[in-house]
Amino acid sequence: MSEKREMIKTEMLNKSFGDLHVLKDIDMKVLENDVVVLIGASGSGKSTLLRCLNFLEIKSSGKVILEDEEIDPKKEDLNKVRQRVGMVFQHFNLFPHKTVLGNVVEAPMMVKGVKKAQAIKEGKELLAKVGLADKANVYPSKLSGGQKQRVAIARALAMKPDIMLFDEPTSALDPELVGEVLSTMKELAKEGMTMVVVTHEMGFAREVADWVVYMHDGRIVERGHPQDLFDNPQEKRTQDFLGSIL
Amino acid sequence: MPGFSHVINKFIQYFDVFIEAMFLTLKLTAASLLIAIVIGLFFALLKISRSKPLSLIADAYIGIVRGTPLIVQIFIFYFGLTEIVNISGFWAATWGLAFHNGAYIAEIFRGSIQSVDKGQSEAGRSLGMTRTLTMRRIILPQAFRRALPPLGNQFIIGLKDSSLAAFIGMPELFNIATTLGSANFDIMTYLLIVGVYYLVLVLLLTVLVNMIEKRMSVSD
Repeated sequence: MSEKREMIKTEMLNKSFGDLHVLKDIDMKVLENDVVVLIGASGSGKSTLLRCLNFLEIKSSGKVILEDEEIDPKKEDLNKVRQRVGMVFQHFNLFPHKTVLGNVVEAPMMVKGVKKAQAIKEGKELLAKVGLADKANVYPSKLSGGQKQRVAIARALAMKPDIMLFDEPTSALDPELVGEVLSTMKELAKEGMTMVVVTHEMGFAREVADWVVYMHDGRIVERGHPQDLFDNPQEKRTQDFLGSIL
Repeated sequence: MPGFSHVINKFIQYFDVFIEAMFLTLKLTAASLLIAIVIGLFFALLKISRSKPLSLIADAYIGIVRGTPLIVQIFIFYFGLTEIVNISGFWAATWGLAFHNGAYIAEIFRGSIQSVDKGQSEAGRSLGMTRTLTMRRIILPQAFRRALPPLGNQFIIGLKDSSLAAFIGMPELFNIATTLGSANFDIMTYLLIVGVYYLVLVLLLTVLVNMIEKRMSVSD
């Protein structure tokens, strides 16, 4: 079997907000088809790391390499880069003035110039895939949190990204709605989507992740396969963290 | 005070004259507010732009408009513009009113744009949309909806302020009322009549704005 492609790589990635040093010397690598789950206490820099990967935050120093190409935010057209990296947010951020289908077809039509009929056909397929075919013409305000998040996933997938980033996708959901979003994500993982997921859902991490990365205070403390990291953490801080949440 | 039947009589007698003046008032209001919306949007975008000089230009414009009386602005437009270009009193008044309302509308738009959740533009950007496209397709439609109630309020103010065009000779409602009042030594009658005209126009405008608000809230 051939070597898997490196989809994301960071080298000595640092990010500061003023005096606040949020990411410290992050080296990470995400291979094609892999699911990497970032865990850690809030404030540990997980979300900032994720946001640096699609340049919603611009690194202070270091390298972000996407599919073997170093991205220089000063030279590169970041809008082009972001088309390859889908993102799902904690608070969904659906466009409230557009219908569910309108949310999904917006970017393909406006950014990629996909023809309307084609965009609608693909959009409906995606909505069917996330189990919301019947909601196409409904406005987001009529949906439950879980449904909103599944629309947000469909919206991101509509751009046919190579990589999907999930920023605490279930943290704003009522407990009974978490499952439907996680199972959509599991399906996506099964299809071979390369995913980086920030989450507190340890069950999901254990079941779906190829790698789990534990972050603390802006650094990657430990990484490993889920069974190793969860059942046999090597670092004291990882042990403490897992002890405090499990 | 004039008697009720006297006012009604004059109302009927001068109905044609007032209706004609009312159309001029409406034309002044509509033209100046349309221009003011464009000016307002332009300066709102300048004000929130990341360029310091551009936002300072917007600040200066808004500061000047808010810091000087509307009548002074209309006079400057009238006497100033007619001196350099061949412009009718109507357009001098229209531009004066537009220049004035534009500043207030700019502040309304700025506030409503900034009130749209930051997550909205992040969602747009994360899909590969440019800053401009995100503003046009995602932020502005939501901002317009939020701007509508204060905008309606500003439209009402704009309608009533168009009465100041009387002072540069526009034969609009207020001008006609004072002219008829002085000619007949009966100012109170015509002020009461013109008050009714303004009141009805403002009511109609309120209904119109409410209808638009309702239509735009289908997604709630």
